[in-house]
Amino acid sequence: MKNKTLYTILTMILILSSLLEGLDAQILPMVAKEQETPILLVGGTVHTGDGRVLEDTAVGFDKGTITFLGKASDLDANGIDYKIIDITGQQVYPGFILLNSIIGINEISGVPHTNDTLEEGDYLPNLQTVYAFDMTSTFLPPLRFNGVLYIESIRSRGVIPGTSSVMSLDGWNWEEAVFKRAAAIHLDWPSALSSYYDAETNSRMLRPNTSYEKITGELEKLFSDAKQYEQMPTAQTNLKLEALTNLFQKERVLVIHANEPKEIIQSITFAKSFGIDQISLVASEGSLEVVDFLKENQVPVIVPPTYNLPRNDDMDYDAFYGLPTKLQRMGIEVSMYHVGSLSNSINLPFYAGTSVAFGMKKEEALKTITLHPAKILGIDDKLGSIAMGKTASLFVSKGDALDIQTNALTLAFIGGKQIDLEGPQQLDYKRYSSKLGQNE
Amino acid sequence: MKIKKTFGYLFLLGIMLSMGSSFAQETFPKNDVLDARPDRVALTHATIVTAPTQVLENAMLVIQDGKVVSVQAGNQVPNGYLEIDLSGRYIYPSFIDMFGEYGQPEVKRPPFRNPVLSREQIQSNTKGPYNANEAIKSQYNSSENFTVDKKLASKWRAQGFGAVASIRRDGIARGTAALVALGEDTENNLVINSKVADHYSFDKGTSTQDYPISAMGTIALLRQTFYDAKWYGAQTDSPFSDLSLDAMLVNGNLPKIMEADGWLTALRADKIADEFGFEFIIKGGGDEYQRIMEVKDMKAPMIIPIDFPKAYDVSDPYITKKITLADLKHWELAPTNPASLEKNSIPFAITSFPPENLPDFLKNLRKSVAYGLSKTAALSSLTTVPAKWLGVDQDMGTLEAGKMANFIVTDGDLFEPGTQIMDNWIEGKPYVVNEPISESILGEYDLSVGGLKAVLSIIGKGPKYQAELTLTDGSKEKVEFKMDGDLPVLKFTVKGSQYNLKGWTKQEKGMTVLNGTGTLNFGEDQPWTARMKEKGRGTLGAQKIQDKGPVDLGEVFYPFLAFGSPEKIASRSILITDVTVWTNEDEGILMDTDVLLENGKIAKIGTDLSAKDALVLDGTGKHLTPGIIDEHSHIALGGINEMAPNSGMVRMQDVIDPDDPGIYRALAGGVVAAQLLHGSSDPIGGQSALVKFKWGEDAKGLLIQGADPFIKFALGENVKRSKNNVSIRFPRSLMGVEQFYSNAFTEALDYKKEWDAYRSLGTKEKRTAVEPRKNILHETMLEILEKKRFITAHSYQDKEMLMLMEVAERFGFALNTFTHALEGYRIADRMKEHGVGGSTFSDRWNYKWEARNGTPYNAPIMDREGVVTALNSDSGETMRHLNHEAAKMVRYGGLTPEEALKMVTLNPARLLHLDDTMGSIKVGKSADVVLWTGDPLSLYSKPEKTIIEGAIYFDLAKDAQLRRENSKERARLLKKMEGLEGTENVSTRISLERLEFHCESLEMQY
Repeated sequence: MKNKTLYTILTMILILSSLLEGLDAQILPMVAKEQETPILLVGGTVHTGDGRVLEDTAVGFDKGTITFLGKASDLDANGIDYKIIDITGQQVYPGFILLNSIIGINEISGVPHTNDTLEEGDYLPNLQTVYAFDMTSTFLPPLRFNGVLYIESIRSRGVIPGTSSVMSLDGWNWEEAVFKRAAAIHLDWPSALSSYYDAETNSRMLRPNTSYEKITGELEKLFSDAKQYEQMPTAQTNLKLEALTNLFQKERVLVIHANEPKEIIQSITFAKSFGIDQISLVASEGSLEVVDFLKENQVPVIVPPTYNLPRNDDMDYDAFYGLPTKLQRMGIEVSMYHVGSLSNSINLPFYAGTSVAFGMKKEEALKTITLHPAKILGIDDKLGSIAMGKTASLFVSKGDALDIQTNALTLAFIGGKQIDLEGPQQLDYKRYSSKLGQNE
Repeated sequence: MKIKKTFGYLFLLGIMLSMGSSFAQETFPKNDVLDARPDRVALTHATIVTAPTQVLENAMLVIQDGKVVSVQAGNQVPNGYLEIDLSGRYIYPSFIDMFGEYGQPEVKRPPFRNPVLSREQIQSNTKGPYNANEAIKSQYNSSENFTVDKKLASKWRAQGFGAVASIRRDGIARGTAALVALGEDTENNLVINSKVADHYSFDKGTSTQDYPISAMGTIALLRQTFYDAKWYGAQTDSPFSDLSLDAMLVNGNLPKIMEADGWLTALRADKIADEFGFEFIIKGGGDEYQRIMEVKDMKAPMIIPIDFPKAYDVSDPYITKKITLADLKHWELAPTNPASLEKNSIPFAITSFPPENLPDFLKNLRKSVAYGLSKTAALSSLTTVPAKWLGVDQDMGTLEAGKMANFIVTDGDLFEPGTQIMDNWIEGKPYVVNEPISESILGEYDLSVGGLKAVLSIIGKGPKYQAELTLTDGSKEKVEFKMDGDLPVLKFTVKGSQYNLKGWTKQEKGMTVLNGTGTLNFGEDQPWTARMKEKGRGTLGAQKIQDKGPVDLGEVFYPFLAFGSPEKIASRSILITDVTVWTNEDEGILMDTDVLLENGKIAKIGTDLSAKDALVLDGTGKHLTPGIIDEHSHIALGGINEMAPNSGMVRMQDVIDPDDPGIYRALAGGVVAAQLLHGSSDPIGGQSALVKFKWGEDAKGLLIQGADPFIKFALGENVKRSKNNVSIRFPRSLMGVEQFYSNAFTEALDYKKEWDAYRSLGTKEKRTAVEPRKNILHETMLEILEKKRFITAHSYQDKEMLMLMEVAERFGFALNTFTHALEGYRIADRMKEHGVGGSTFSDRWNYKWEARNGTPYNAPIMDREGVVTALNSDSGETMRHLNHEAAKMVRYGGLTPEEALKMVTLNPARLLHLDDTMGSIKVGKSADVVLWTGDPLSLYSKPEKTIIEGAIYFDLAKDAQLRRENSKERARLLKKMEGLEGTENVSTRISLERLEFHCESLEMQY
C-alpha cells in the first residue's frame, strides 16, 4: 500500500517534470549570444541610476563593458567600430535588481516538488543558493520584460538561511548566469514578540516570544565560536564556522531581517560587536522608530513593496506607500524588495514608481532598485548605474520605466548581450490572438 | 417569647437553619424522628429596598419557610419569630443572573481541525435519534445535569446573586436553561424552575461536524432548523424521529436567548428572529454604546455583561504604539455602556458573565453607576427585569409577601463604593458573605500591660480590624488584632518583647473596655487592660477607585476605530470645476469640464456651471472618473468559506463587518463598491453581498438596495480538495463536479414540482395535506434556474469553464461571470457565445498549479472578443490600486487608457448589473466618483476625494486631519491610563493585526 503511494508520487513527479521541461523547451526565450559587435545607443535620455538624468546622451558598450557615456558628437571612437542604434525619444536605464528573492529556487508554492527551499537546520550560513537556481523558472522572462535583469537569490527559512548569490537573468544554467556566487549571509533575527490567535476578539494578539533569548543566545555562541575559529581553527574543519568567517573578513555582507525596534537595535549591536560593518537591514515600518540609530551605524534599509496592506487598524492607509519616502527623507539609503505571491515580483519597478506619488523624487525612486541594491550586494563597481567601465546591463524603454503605462522595453542587454524580451506569455498572446482572429 | 439577636446572629442562625434542611423534602427517607423546626425570622430596623423604586425606612422583613410573609414599616415582631435587629443595615432583593453556567458540566472543546486539510466529518457524531447537525442540541436540559458547587456558589453569593438561569454553553441550539438558587442544599431544593429559557448561539461548541464552520453558515443552519421544526411539528405521521426538533417544539414558548458577542452579532441575531416573527433576548458584548441607535432599532431585550477592560501597562513606548485606538477608547467608554442603554430606553438585564468577571462584578456594577447608570436601573436589571423575562416574577425579583426570601443584607447603599454585603439569604437561609466587625470595638484605647503603657487604636477596614500601638515616645507598632467570637486577641512586639494577649470585653459608660491576661515572651501571665477613650468608626472603603471616573470622556467614533468620526458622513451638493472627466460614455474624455453632484446623483455636466450652496472643488489639473468597482473582494466580512459542498444557502450579507479598516483603505484607492464574495471552498458557495463602502454606516447601510442577487460557484483545486490527501468529500474530480451541479439543479426542479403540486391543491385538500419541507438551499438553486440570481464562478482552466457553460445551457440559463478565469483567453469566443463575462487579475499567475497558464494578456484578449471584462483584486491590498491594474492593460495588451479604466469601473458595473446607476459619469447616475490628483492610470497620481452618492468618504486633507486627531486622542487616553492602579501585564491583549482574506481563507484564523 505504502509502496503504491510512493510509486504514484514518483510517477506524478516524473510526469510533472517532463511536462515542465516540455513546455520550457518550446517557449522559453533563446539564451543570448556574447556581445560580438560594439553598440552605441544614440538619442536617448539616460537615467544613470545614481540620480542623474542625461538628455540626448549616447551610451556605448563593447565586450560587455560600458565604453562611452556622453554626447554622441563628443564620441571619440578610439578605434571601436560601434553599431549605432537610434533610440531617439526613448529612455535608458540600468537593469533593475531584485533583492532577497526566492525566485529560481521556488516555482509554484502550492506544488511542493517545484520548490527547492526546504532544508534541515536553522543555522546554515554554509548553504549557497547558487547551486539550486533554475534558469528555466517561468518567472524570469516576465521579469526581464519589465526591466529586472538581476536577482539576489536566497531561501527564506531558518535563522541563517544561507549565503545568497547574485544571478543575471540570462544563461543556459546557473553556472553561466551567476554574477556573484556568494554575496550576502542572511540573518533572520528572532521576533521579540510572537502573536497568537484570540478567538474572542477574532484577531492576532501579541505576547513576548519565549524563545527570543534562547535564539539570540545561540547566535551569540555561534558567532563567537566563529570568531575563535577564525583566530585558530579546530583540528576538524567546520563548514558553518568557516562560512561565517567570511563576514569578519569582509568577504560577505550581512543582511539582517528584523522589524521591531528592539530587534533592530539588538541585532545591529550584535553584528557590530563582532566587528561586522557591512550590514544591511530588511525591515518594515518598525525602522522608522530607530532612524537615528540606523544612521549612526550607516545601515541601509531594504523595505517591502509599497504594495503592502497595513495590518494594524491604526496605520495610515499609505503606511507602506510612503515608507520608502519617509526613510529616504530622514537620510536612510533605501532599497526595495518583494514579499508575497512570487508572480507579483515583476512589478518591482512599479513599487518604486508608486513611492513617487507619495513624495519620492523619480530618480531617488530609481536608486531603490538599481544603485542602492548594488551597493548592498557589494557589486556597485559593476552594476547599479550607467557609468564608464561598468557592466553593460541596461535597457531601453519607450517611456518612463517606473510607470506602468510607459514601461515598454524595446532593447535590453545583460553584460552587453542583447536578450530576447519576449517570453511564454507573449508567445501565448500571439497564439490565442491568432486563434481568435484578433490580430487580423 | 421573643428571641432577639443583634449582629452575632449568623452563627446561630446558620446552625439552626441548616439542621432542618436535609429533611425538608418529605419524600426523602428519615434517619431520626421527625425534627421539623420553626423557620421564622423577622429582620427589623432595616432600610428595605423592596423593589427598584420602593424603599422602606426603619422597616421589618418577616420570613417563614423560605418565603416572605410581610414587608412593612415599623418593627412589631409577631410572636414566635426570631428577631434580628438590622439597625443601620440595608436589605435588597438578591440578584438574578439570566446568563450563567453555574452547576453545569464543563464544556471541553475539541482542538481545531482544519477541515480542508483533514478527513471531513460530514455527519453528526451524536449518538441517538437526534438532529442531523451535531450543533443542534435542543434536547439538552440543564436541570437534568445540574449539580451543586458549594465553593462556586459562595463566590456568586458574595457578589449579591441569589439565583442564576444556568445553561451549558455548548452548541448553536443549546437546549433549556434551569433557574437554580445559589444556596447549599440538595439539587431538589435548589432547582427553582427546571426550564426557563431556550438558548442559542453562533458558536458550534464541541461539535466536530464540518458544517457549519462560518458565521454565515451558522445563520443558515439556524434558519433551516427553525423551518424544519415548523415542518416537523406539522407532520401527522413523522417520517423520522428527531428528538432535538421535538424538544425545540416543546420548548417553543420559552424565551429564546441568543448569545452574541457584540453589537454586530446582536444585529445578525435580531435579523433571524425577525424572519420567524419572534424576538431573541440577546446577550450582548458590552460594546452596544458603539452603535446605540442600531441596537435601539432592534427593539430586542438585551442581557449585558459588565466585564470592563482593564487599563494597559503603557510603560514601553514601542509596545504602547501597538495598542489600537479602538482598544484604548473602549477601555475608556465601556463603563458608559449600561448608562447608554438606559438613556436610549433599551430594555436590558445585567449579567456577571463571563465567569472571570464574577469577582469584579460589584465593583464594575458600581462603576457603571458612577458612569451614569441610575441605581434604579442597576437594581431592576438584576432583579425585576430578569425575573419578568424568565417568567418567574411571581416568585422573585422583589420583596413582597409570598415571594421567595432571596435577599441580601448590606451595611450601606449597595451601589456606593465600600459598601459590604454582609450576608446573602437564599430561600430563607442566610449565608455569611462578610463577618461583620463589631463597631463598638472601634476606637482609641489606653493600653496597659505589665510596665508598658501605649495608645491602642483599632479601626475597621472592610470586614477586618486593623490595629496599631502608639508608644509614649511617639513611635508606632503594628498590632495583629482579631475577635475570636466575643474575645479580643492581640499580638505585638515592643522593643524586642512579644506580647500575646487575650481577654474579654465589657461596656462602661458607653465605652468599651478590653481586659484579660496574656504572656510576655511566652513567659508568665500578664494582666492587661485597654480602656476606650475615644470612639472610632471603621474606614469601610476597602475598594480603591481605579480611575478618576467619567471625566473628559472621548466621543464615540463611527466606525469605532481610527479614521472613524463622531459624525457620520453625509451627502451634499458638490461642484467640481475645470476638471478632466473620464465619462466612460460616448463623449469619452472631456477636458476643462464642470460636474455638479446633487442629491446623491450626477446632476449636470457642462461648462461654467454654478450651484447655490454647493461645495466648489477646483479640478484644474485633476481628473474625475467613475468610482472603482471591485468585482471580487473579501474585505469587510466576518467569514469567507462555509464547508458544505453546496453552501448556496449561506448569505454573505449576514456577516458584513462595517468596521473593517479595509473599507477606508479601499476608499483611499478610489474604490466605491464591491461584490463581497463567498470563498472558493465549495462547488456552490454562498450568496454575494453587493456593497458601497459607506464608511461609518452599519452593515445594512453598506448594502446596495435593489441590487440583483448573486452567488459564488467555484471550480478547480479548492473544491476538489486537491491539497488534501485524506479527503472523503464528494466531488473530488472535475467529472464529479459536473455531476454535483447537475444534481443540485435537478433536485431543485424536483423540489419545485413538489411545491407546485401542493400549491395547486384546493383549500379542502390542503387541510389534510402536509406542506412540503421548506429548503432554503433548493430555493436558492431555483432562483438561479429562474434567472433571478446570477452566478460568479471562480475558475482557472478552460476545461472546467467549458463544462460549467454546458451545464448551464443544459438547464436553460447563462452564467454571469467567470471570476479569475485565468485561461479565459483560450476560450474567449466560446464565452462570448455563452454570454458570460470575465473578471480576472491583471498579471498574477503561477501561485498554484491550475494558475500556471495565467497571463496579463488574458483581459485584453477577452475584451477584444467582446466578453465583458473586468479586473478584480481578490485582495484587500490589490484592491487599493485597481487603477494600476488597469494601467497594465495599456502596458501589456495595448488597450487605450479609456478602455483600460472601464475594466475597473464600467465593466464590473455591467457584470454586477449596476451599470444603470454606476460605472460612468452621466447625468442621472449615482454620484459615485473619484477626483484624482492627475492621470488616474499613472502611478504618480492618487485619489484626492472618493465620493459615494454625493458624500465624501475619503478626502486627502481630511485624512491628514484625522491622523492628527487620532494621535491626539491616543495621547490623551494613554496619559489617562498612565500609573492607574490595577493595570496588569496586559500588553498581551494587544490586537496586532487583522488578517487579509482571499478566496481560500477558511475560518477567520486562517
